[in-house]
Amino acid sequence: MRADHAYDHDETVPHTHPEPGVDPHPPLPQLDRAVRIGIGGPVGSGKTALVAALCRALAGQLRLAVVTNDIYTTEDADFLKRAGVLDSARIRAVETGCCPHTAIRDDISANLDAVEELEDALGPLDLVLVESGGDNLTATFSKGLVDQQIFVVDVAGGDKVPRKGGPGVTTADLLVINKTDLAPLVGADLAVMDRDARARRGTLPTIFQSIAQDPHASQVAAWVRHVVAHSRGLGHAGAQGDSHAHSRTHAGAEGHSHADAQDRGPAPAGVR
Amino acid sequence: MHRTAYLLLADGRFPSGGHAHSSGLEAAVAAGRVTDLAGLEQFLHGRLSYAAPVTAAFTAATHLSAARTGSAPSATESDVTVPFLSLDRELEARTVSPALRLASRRQGRALLRAGRNTWPSELYGQLPKHPDGPHQPLALGVTAAAAGLSTEEAAQIAAYGVLTGPASAAVRLLGLDPYQVQNLLARMAGACDEIAAAAAAVAHKSPQELPAHAAPLADISAELHATWEVRLFAS
Ligand SMILES: Nc1nc2c(ncn2[C@@H]2O[C@H](COP(=O)(O)OP(=O)(O)OP(=O)(O)O)[C@@H](O)[C@H]2O)c(=O)[nH]1
Ligand SMILES: [Mg+2]
Repeated sequence: MRADHAYDHDETVPHTHPEPGVDPHPPLPQLDRAVRIGIGGPVGSGKTALVAALCRALAGQLRLAVVTNDIYTTEDADFLKRAGVLDSARIRAVETGCCPHTAIRDDISANLDAVEELEDALGPLDLVLVESGGDNLTATFSKGLVDQQIFVVDVAGGDKVPRKGGPGVTTADLLVINKTDLAPLVGADLAVMDRDARARRGTLPTIFQSIAQDPHASQVAAWVRHVVAHSRGLGHAGAQGDSHAHSRTHAGAEGHSHADAQDRGPAPAGVR
Repeated sequence: MHRTAYLLLADGRFPSGGHAHSSGLEAAVAAGRVTDLAGLEQFLHGRLSYAAPVTAAFTAATHLSAARTGSAPSATESDVTVPFLSLDRELEARTVSPALRLASRRQGRALLRAGRNTWPSELYGQLPKHPDGPHQPLALGVTAAAAGLSTEEAAQIAAYGVLTGPASAAVRLLGLDPYQVQNLLARMAGACDEIAAAAAAVAHKSPQELPAHAAPLADISAELHATWEVRLFAS
């Protein structure tokens, strides 16, 4: 039995309501299948680490499966299995023929097949995470494959990355700036990244995090729960009481939020 | 039939999963058997002589069956499915390597998904159900019929695809000059046309009589390739 709070419309998570009191969501139509969330971003930015963190945070609450597009056909599955966060039967690997972006954008058939195989083998699912192969800043997921996409960059790639933009940074439903623990070591200025991300992304949310410090990726996990709840049409139902009582973490004024992670374990080293 | 439909289905950008398959080229490159344009030329001549006749003939025969049943509304259920079942079994028998059977079925499933969305038709339902999908040539034959193409065109697309898949994989894997690779394909065009025409000419034969060429080294390489830990291509 899954915990009910998995479906709460949690307003403490970072997302944007340009009109306070009016929920602009759902970004998704109500789905009668699992929500699919794509996780893309440059090589080594922490996509698999994020998948593992989300498995830790959500596997006990949601029926979850993962599709990977890594060139190590078994590496990610082995990693997740070793980490003890997800049963290997819940993971499928897809080969991309040297073109990771083709497999998630232009010709999504192998990924769709993998998602369907998982659903056939495991029964109905709540959430499928699709990790793209490491690629460049222009790689985004097709809407035919995923419902929402997270783009993961890291501070070690340089604090100029958000300014460079590109479709991943600019249009992803959630931008994650990972490895904030490394910022002092690589001389990355998080305030610059924050300013540039806001400029590029308008009202779309950005989360700063360090999976090294927060192995459950608490803020991203909360965002994912929120997406799943919306896909079930619970975002507007008000069934959870006054779900739109905007908490202090909801940066309504600027339409952009780097949420606090209160009640969610140690606060990540984010920008305030 | 629309000429543009023919180009659409033949286009390497038609989203039917082909980009993830090198048709044995990745294994040949890793084994040092293909290192340059001359090696690619030999590899493609090999593909054209053993793979293309079988692929194109089964595509053409499937197309012919689909086109016939499509124009015979009174046909019974078994009239409709029996030829496809027998084509499926005959092609399975000709595909010795389990890895290549799976590669063919996965590509067939991907093509079917693309075909169904591009040219909706009841014809697709005639293909025998298999958890991994129909063999690629069967999926191609039915899709070509749904797109309103001729048997000759279906065979042509099949033979052409046997060459273009590994050719574009070679550009990615070996960094070959793309103009030289296109020039190579243009030089092979005549041979490719001949294979396609021969395949269309035998399309009416019973499945047992269709070409049955084989290449044991390609089968062995495919089996080894499927066990690699780091693999860019699915086959
Ligand atoms: N210091 C630090 N290291 C991290 C953090 N998140 C991930 N890493 C490390 O970064 C490296 C790459 O992480 P992965 O999760 O494999 O990155 P990826 O984006 O999946 O990489 P590819 O799939 O190869 O593109 C690993 O060594 C992780 O342990 C973090 O928040 N802080
Ligand atoms: Mg990874």
